[in-house]
Amino acid sequence: MIKIDDYRQVAPPGTVDVILKLAERVQGRRFLHLSGGRFGGGAAEMLRTLVPILADLGVDAGWEITGGDPVFYATARALQQALEGTERLLTDEALEHYREMNRINAKKLRLEADLVLVHDVQPASLIADRPSVGRWVWRCDFDCSRARRRAWSFFRTLLRQYDGAVFSLPRFIRRIGIPLYVIHPSIDPLSDKNRELTPREITTIVGTLGVPLGKPLLVQIGPFTRDRDPLGVVNAYRLVKKSHPVRLVLAGSAGDDRESLDVLSDLREAAQRDEDIVVLELPPDAHLQINALQRAATIVLQKSLREGFGLGAAEAMWKGKPVIGGFAGGLPQQIVYDVTGYTVRSVEGAAFRIRHLLNNPELIARMGAAGREHARRSFLTTRHLTEYLALLIHVTDGRER
Amino acid sequence: MTAVGPVDARTRMATDPFVFFGCVELRQALDKTALDERELMDRIEEVPAGSIFYHTHGYFLRHRPVTMAYGNDFARWVALEVRDQALAERLALVDPFEFASLEDLREELVSIIRDHLATLSSVPRVEFGEPFYFQESHVVEVPLGATARSLAEFRAGLAGAEASAIYFHMVEARTRLGRHSGDFAEWLRISLGMPELAERIGRIDTYMTSLERVRAKILSLVDEVLES
Repeated sequence: MIKIDDYRQVAPPGTVDVILKLAERVQGRRFLHLSGGRFGGGAAEMLRTLVPILADLGVDAGWEITGGDPVFYATARALQQALEGTERLLTDEALEHYREMNRINAKKLRLEADLVLVHDVQPASLIADRPSVGRWVWRCDFDCSRARRRAWSFFRTLLRQYDGAVFSLPRFIRRIGIPLYVIHPSIDPLSDKNRELTPREITTIVGTLGVPLGKPLLVQIGPFTRDRDPLGVVNAYRLVKKSHPVRLVLAGSAGDDRESLDVLSDLREAAQRDEDIVVLELPPDAHLQINALQRAATIVLQKSLREGFGLGAAEAMWKGKPVIGGFAGGLPQQIVYDVTGYTVRSVEGAAFRIRHLLNNPELIARMGAAGREHARRSFLTTRHLTEYLALLIHVTDGRER
Repeated sequence: MTAVGPVDARTRMATDPFVFFGCVELRQALDKTALDERELMDRIEEVPAGSIFYHTHGYFLRHRPVTMAYGNDFARWVALEVRDQALAERLALVDPFEFASLEDLREELVSIIRDHLATLSSVPRVEFGEPFYFQESHVVEVPLGATARSLAEFRAGLAGAEASAIYFHMVEARTRLGRHSGDFAEWLRISLGMPELAERIGRIDTYMTSLERVRAKILSLVDEVLES
């Protein structure tokens, strides 16, 4: 198991000592996380790192998950999509069933804690059964600033019962009437997805994936959806290829919905006509493969049209790569324009910046180094831990200032 | 509170030890945004003083050399999101450490924007960029465990302290805790009886620089005394 001291080798100097000192102040306090599941990316991926470290620090850290029947899961998913701005059908019966399932969950779970952090939508209505002691804070990992009116109207009544909410970015926030904190998500620099790899490991893994090396590699990792614009990336690559011998790797997962299948079909067709386009469908646990691809990349792209926080940019910066990202979600927050990469608004913009970097290789090295330091300070687990401990102190100690 | 022990700077011992503190910032979003420069001015007039502090002095804690180019969040937003270079330049030159109070600083910012708008026929606004989101912060103090009774111990403690200690003792202490010359200078003057060194440290320009550069400047001044 990874210990907090293991992070001394990667965190900014003194950070681990600050974490230890903060943890001294909250020894034995119960800090409970509630989420919809233990597997997959997003909140669960971060909690798999954060909860064991918090426990190792002497915090009584816990992590419980909610369960239910297929209607419960479907309603929670539809509710989250509606809160993210997509029109979804939400009947009164389905919403009541969602609440009823969480009433049952509340009876099964131990909800007593000094601070309960409730992640995203699935467990959110547990607030109705909160114990008389302890503070409850909702943790939102997505953008709900454009929530659909009916979904928001329902959900806001739940949120108003909380003592506060934590959002990843101010732009993701919608007015609730409770204190709203801002804490960025993080990447774990010691996980398989982000740990150091030897050149030999990189070559072996990338070779196993069937990606030939020998040309500058453009890499985009992410789901094959229109939001991530992989077809726009192919078009940018084609513009670059007129002047530079490059190879494009698009790696990610495809859902079984119509849109994903259409996008994947178009990408496969493009790859069939050009041997320098590699499309890789990866399983959800392909962490080492993603790590190796990002490290093998010359430039990492994340040309999203719509995005959550978009931690792929932080992952790439941590690996010392310049990032060209779309102007979406948290990408402009992560990519320091002209310092660690570029944010672009068009296929042409992406192509222009790729060519710009390829023609100025010293910039690639300089931006990569700046990106790594930026990620070290701002997007690692250690920064996340300090802020969660500060939150625990702030809401359970009374107000600091 | 007066210094005791030998007069020599290398052996002089303070009665009260210096205790090094770091800090962690917990950010809180305010329900206030601005989409144009007039809204920015109006919001600056009405937000809590803590928000003015967060977007000016706090810039020094959050931004590192790779991102520090504008001096405060207001100038950065006007430059990058509104793309009004003239106002950005004027706001960037506001040195928050020159003002006796946050209200004086607030007034200066408002006055600059008001003067600028008076010369324009329309109000520059965000077309493609992000709104300005007003925030404030709660600072959680962290005792780092290091203490110093002599100048040599002070030097060792400062050299090894986490970077937020520089911010806490040089900025937070001055502006929000009312210790106007900063904790380092105050301790050196009162507890160690070194008013000249205290004055030189108190005069260090913390505007538009990094925490590490400030640390290096203080260490250099301390070294001069220790080696003299």
